[in-house]
Amino acid sequence: MRGAAATLRGELIGLAGVVERNVYLVRRYIWWDIAFFVWTVANTLTIVYIAKGIEAAGGQIDVERTTTILLIGAVIWAYLGIIFEILTETVAWERWEGTIEYTFMAPLARPVHLAGMGIFSVAYGVVRAVLLFGIVAALFDLQLPEANFWSAVVVLAIASISFVGIGMMTAVLPLISPEKGVQLGFIAQGVLLVVSGVYYPVDVLPGWMQALAVISPATYALDGIRAAILDGAGVGAVWHDIWPLIIIGAVAVPLGLEVFRRGERHAKRHGKLKRSG
Amino acid sequence: MTAVEVSDLRKEFVRRDGPWRRRRVPALCGISFTIERGECVAVLGANGSGKSTLVRLLATLLLHDGGSAHVFGHDVFGDPRAVRRLVNRVSVEASFFKKMSSTENLSYSARFYGMTRGETSRRIPEILERVGFPVERRGEAMEALSRGMQQKVALARALLTAPVLLLLDEPTTGLDPRSKLEVQEFIREVRQIHDATILLCTHDLDEAEALADRIGILHRGELIALGTADELKRRYETETLEGAFFAATGRALVDDEEEED
Repeated sequence: MRGAAATLRGELIGLAGVVERNVYLVRRYIWWDIAFFVWTVANTLTIVYIAKGIEAAGGQIDVERTTTILLIGAVIWAYLGIIFEILTETVAWERWEGTIEYTFMAPLARPVHLAGMGIFSVAYGVVRAVLLFGIVAALFDLQLPEANFWSAVVVLAIASISFVGIGMMTAVLPLISPEKGVQLGFIAQGVLLVVSGVYYPVDVLPGWMQALAVISPATYALDGIRAAILDGAGVGAVWHDIWPLIIIGAVAVPLGLEVFRRGERHAKRHGKLKRSG
Repeated sequence: MTAVEVSDLRKEFVRRDGPWRRRRVPALCGISFTIERGECVAVLGANGSGKSTLVRLLATLLLHDGGSAHVFGHDVFGDPRAVRRLVNRVSVEASFFKKMSSTENLSYSARFYGMTRGETSRRIPEILERVGFPVERRGEAMEALSRGMQQKVALARALLTAPVLLLLDEPTTGLDPRSKLEVQEFIREVRQIHDATILLCTHDLDEAEALADRIGILHRGELIALGTADELKRRYETETLEGAFFAATGRALVDDEEEED
């Protein structure tokens, strides 16, 4: 019993170490992070202005509602991008710096290592997503009188479990292909969002894409968050989005860990667990 | 007590010759040896002889293709986590997050070995002082430090976790003569004070003779000799270790073999 408690304590300290390392990196690269955030704001604006553009072209739409729908899509895209970037690029970054050998020979359980990266990516992603939403909403003077932000945060938190699970699967790609692995992670992010109704209802997609939307956590995250912010839906009212997210999360995390485990074995078998660059 | 027991250890890598053709290149061809607790064994070999493959196998960073390896009785491939608690490593590249300071790099990596913030805030200044790292530069980014300074921090990182087996993979390659001597002196100190067992892979003959109890010669993945420096000289009827290496392998130590993974 005492041995198990000591092991658990050691793992928790290790998990804190993963978070600590990423905090140091953010601190050291803070100006780069600010530059990328400016780019994200600019990118989001190019999408959100589409609503005003449609109105200017004579389209009959509720501009504020459409703007909010597009903004939520862009924010979720950016949030998912941060989670995938931190999980995938940290492995790629460690390869490039050469620290990967020291991290992977440390006595830290791989699920704990990945959980640490996941926790940091969610915390950092939430801060960036809230800032992005707040800045763009302020620029467009969105009033959002019905918004239930608590409910939106609950949906996002539960969806994050699935996002981290999928991120674990993409995180192993730089181990298998040092040159192209990171880009494959971006492809996974793009595919996930395109079938999930990021800027449009899922109904407009062809049937095979709608089938993929059913198993994509982003579909339920976007639907639930839009219902909470646009219509003030409470947690109970978005339960039909929450329970699929719980099921997908329960599958995605163990699957992500298993995919990573197999990728790590492949890298160890073929001598790819080493520095590059 | 036996610290390291390697028996018929084999490792091959797959090489691609064009998009369709593949060939298997042996990196270690069934090597066997033991290292006793507290002993320092140097492995000499040209680039590509299999030294780094041996270190990376013992560090649990590679999977083997045959044979076995045990560290203090723990199976390296069957129970890698138990081995990881006992082992640390210093390699030819210092390998740090370059924008982070020495203290930040040491702090997070020590956390992976279960060291709390309280422990690292006490131990890191102590250990950096012992390796001769200037106090006033602890907050500087690693990229601002010289190679010699970075290698001292690498030694500090390895020692911080109190390993009982230290794997040194060309730890002084590329260092200026003064830094090289300082690092070698520190390795002696580690052995004496911490009772650490050391496997030193190098192509520096003087370093091997100065630091190791026994010296092995690794050539094209085969351990063709292992003994004290005097035993090797007697066996190959030569006055110098360089002569023994040449007699054993038919080539000088600086000659490169095919690059290993």
